[in-house]
Amino acid sequence: MDAIVFASVTKTFPMNVQRMLARGYVARWLKRGRHERFVALRDISFQIPTGQTVGVVGVNGAGKSTLLSLVAGVCSPDKGTITVHGRVAPLLQLGTGFHSDLTGVENLHLNAALLGFSAAKTAAEFDKIVEFSGIGPFIDQPVRTYSSGMTMRLAFSIAIHVDPDILIIDEVLGVGDQAFQAKCIDRIQHFKKQGKTLLFVSHSTAAVQKLCERALWLDHGELVMDGSAAEVAAAYQGGARVNVVTP
Amino acid sequence: MWKGDYFFLLRHLILKDFRTRYRNMSLGVLWSLVNPLIMMSVLTFVFTKIFPLNRDPKYPVVVLCGLVPFNFFSLAWANGTNAIIENAYLIKRLPVPRETLPIASVLGNAVHLVVQVALLLVMALAFGTGINWQWLWLPLLWGCELVFVTGCALLCSALDVYVRDMRYVVESVCLVLFWLVPIFYPFSMIRPQYAEIYQLNPIAALVLALREVILEGRAPHAVLLSKLFFVSFFMLLLGWSVFRRLSRRFYDYL
Repeated sequence: MDAIVFASVTKTFPMNVQRMLARGYVARWLKRGRHERFVALRDISFQIPTGQTVGVVGVNGAGKSTLLSLVAGVCSPDKGTITVHGRVAPLLQLGTGFHSDLTGVENLHLNAALLGFSAAKTAAEFDKIVEFSGIGPFIDQPVRTYSSGMTMRLAFSIAIHVDPDILIIDEVLGVGDQAFQAKCIDRIQHFKKQGKTLLFVSHSTAAVQKLCERALWLDHGELVMDGSAAEVAAAYQGGARVNVVTP
Repeated sequence: MWKGDYFFLLRHLILKDFRTRYRNMSLGVLWSLVNPLIMMSVLTFVFTKIFPLNRDPKYPVVVLCGLVPFNFFSLAWANGTNAIIENAYLIKRLPVPRETLPIASVLGNAVHLVVQVALLLVMALAFGTGINWQWLWLPLLWGCELVFVTGCALLCSALDVYVRDMRYVVESVCLVLFWLVPIFYPFSMIRPQYAEIYQLNPIAALVLALREVILEGRAPHAVLLSKLFFVSFFMLLLGWSVFRRLSRRFYDYL
């Protein structure tokens, strides 16, 4: 079965939102339907079978985050359909769900609730999460006293314990130290063994090659290449654009 | 999409609001007692000593009956309106049910309401009104206010995403509302031809009902009560439906 299916998905954003003064609204209303929109993803189609580990590569602004947001269900496409089977756990970018004045424990609870844990499950997993994060006594300190690596470790530890069917990892593994990175990669391998689907975004083609079987290359909102991780990584590093879809 | 534990989430969102607001303050929650007490003293001084408008010996309680609902409404509404913008980072990353954010914000303020209601009741007793059976109406009355302000918060927090000046609109409306609600003047000073319309403002209706219950020891007038009830639930319905409609595009505009 396919865990994630994108069928001709297009996602656009309104442009010039900052300039939305009353004047702007009037102008927009006068030329209804003709206002400019930024195309973040254009006519993207792919299927990811359950259990596959897929990397997404592309330069900044290529549409990677938009793609992940669509999978996570935080926004909806303008055209096309998206089907997602299973529970999705988005790994918050650098623990953005954290509040710096709250302690580790408080953030842990809040984050778990946001990710969809029940109260009972949080209580049951609490010790394991703290243990995996390796934060130790700092767990009772406000998160603002944490190093960025510690914050990330806590965030990763929570996300990994949600026991999702689909895990989304967005540019996060670069932060922790060597030992923790190894632990994460270990955990991700364990994930793969359990037959779970993984969507992994990174600038590092090395990490993509190491973790993923397959990779998608996005450029300017278009799916430039879809193939094995090694092929895509090689092409991406070479800067070659193959299969360019001209509108 | 999001299949989590609604109440667990709500509880931790409320706790977050509460903790981040008070953690670094030396007086903490005591502020919710200090503020109405100061306002009550000032208004009592002005309207019994400077403008001797009122000779009621229980005037401080009269004022407090107006201040407590007004304070809660203006604070919860203003905070609720900011809830979506403030939590934009969550909206952009997680499929959490969007309506939990303004609702949690309103409920977080309800904690102060509880403290302030306790203050009001203690003051009422101190001024010798005594407990009576009509106090059983109070939960219903406060419930209506909660419903009303939740509706307002849902409506305005959704609009705030598209029109960022919403918070200033809310502030200005609250400023006007302070004078439109019978906080420091008796309802009898309103001309009878406007009285009916005046009661359609749920905050004013609530204040009137509170005075009937606490100061006069009688059940709130049925017409007044039904106005309070219907306007409150209408607001919730309106806020909810507008919120549902607008929340689909939050991501694009945040």
